[in-house]
Amino acid sequence: MTGTLVTSAALAADATLIASSCSGCHTRSDTLNTGIPRIRGLPEGAFTEAMRGFRGGQRQATVMDRIAKGLTDDEIRQLAAFFSAQK
Amino acid sequence: MMRSASWRPSSAPKSRMPSAARTRREFLGLGLAAAATPFLPGRSVAQVAPKVVVVGGGFAGATCARFLHRDDPRIEVTLVEPNPVFTACPFSNAVLAGIREIREQRFDYQAVRADGVRLVQAAATAIDPQTRQVRLGDGTMLPYDRLVVAPGIDFRWGVIPGYTEAVTGRMPHAWKAGEQTLLLKRQLDEMPDGGLVVIAVPANPYRCPPGPYERASLIAHSLRTQKPRSKVLLLDAKDNFSKQGLFTAAWRQLYPGLLEWVSLSQGGKVTHVDPSAGTVSTDFEEYKPAVANVIPPQQAGRIAELAGVADRTGWCPVDPVSFESRLQPHVHVVGDAAIAGAMPKSAFAANAQAKICAAAIVALLRGTTPADPVLVNTCYSLVAPDYGISIAGVYRPRQGQLADVEGAGGTSPLMAPPGTRSLEAQYARAWFKTITGEVFGQG
Repeated sequence: MTGTLVTSAALAADATLIASSCSGCHTRSDTLNTGIPRIRGLPEGAFTEAMRGFRGGQRQATVMDRIAKGLTDDEIRQLAAFFSAQK
Repeated sequence: MMRSASWRPSSAPKSRMPSAARTRREFLGLGLAAAATPFLPGRSVAQVAPKVVVVGGGFAGATCARFLHRDDPRIEVTLVEPNPVFTACPFSNAVLAGIREIREQRFDYQAVRADGVRLVQAAATAIDPQTRQVRLGDGTMLPYDRLVVAPGIDFRWGVIPGYTEAVTGRMPHAWKAGEQTLLLKRQLDEMPDGGLVVIAVPANPYRCPPGPYERASLIAHSLRTQKPRSKVLLLDAKDNFSKQGLFTAAWRQLYPGLLEWVSLSQGGKVTHVDPSAGTVSTDFEEYKPAVANVIPPQQAGRIAELAGVADRTGWCPVDPVSFESRLQPHVHVVGDAAIAGAMPKSAFAANAQAKICAAAIVALLRGTTPADPVLVNTCYSLVAPDYGISIAGVYRPRQGQLADVEGAGGTSPLMAPPGTRSLEAQYARAWFKTITGEVFGQG
């Protein structure tokens, strides 16, 4: 196995591995309407702004403030890229 | 050397493969053709598909099976589950209170099968980690390269003297949803006004830590309007419980005089039940309730013990990155059966772990190292139909365990802005819709 392959695979895996918990509440489905905002397809800027706002307490939330506090800036960026790429 | 000897990249020299693994594979009839076959993305050469068997079709197992197939469709995924219909535990307390129908709790496996998961409707009766095979009730052997054990919980009968499986027809546990839920509901419906409902709560760890308190709340909610002279008594084998501050504040507000919690140090631990006399006893009192709901101590589902993945605690120690068993290589454990560090035994956690485990298995089958995950848990409880509270956590592998990320997670605030409780009740229902959609539906 080559180093490059492992590195790119590991990087690609990272966003998926953080994002996988999100779909417990935020549906991946196009057809299901649950009342919890859909985050797939969300523009990167909107995602990052919301998550930073939740984390910093400027943005009101019921639970996302508590969850966002567990993520780093880099992880929020990765997630933003991941979800914005999903259409 | 990667641990998945069977599905390593072809670039690894054959001589590096342990001879025991080679023997195992030959025994399984996969032969050297399989050994020499690389399992790498983008290869068009003929391949023998790696086999993953998942035992248990609940939130953990069904999720894992679907995501294994989704993450790499070349994996032959078999889900072993004896029941054609799954009855979900989350929200089953609402069924007890008469504010939800049991049919809303039931899910079949059509969508799981449509995804390409092979469903075997049978019980796994034995697992041989040496030859890597699962034995089914009819004697069929299912070979695997990787096995996922997701059996949920079983009860430790007799730990509360007098409480055996035979007693559950009289004093239901209703801690696996289904007939037990309906039996307990019937007993509550038939109870006269002024009756005493006793809920016996076990010590940690057990499935759904806030569940007993949600149950007491929703039963109290239905009694308040229909049988206001009745009472719910929680007899607890511990002194602290999940979301305690929120529950007790809500109880004072919503159910004064209707619901009482007796802690361990107040003598709450149930030490004996007598089904023929209908009594539930602690060291200090003997109660004769109209309805006795005994939630017994628990352990990982039996098959975990048979697979050799349960330790002396009755639960299954796992690696926090791959959920591979600490006791048996090539066997992974997810969901309530696993010891997942700081993560509670919840449906949310089971679903989250299963997705991480699926990704790790795909990596291992490709001969790569699974990356460190971040996991989240969110558990909602209803104190009343429009009064929801939650607890959340973020978890990362640290020193071989899934550890709570400090500064993150925690419960809903004790003093909340108006509308928060009803919003969280709405989100609770939305969560259930989302997660069951992902696990059993089109989501």
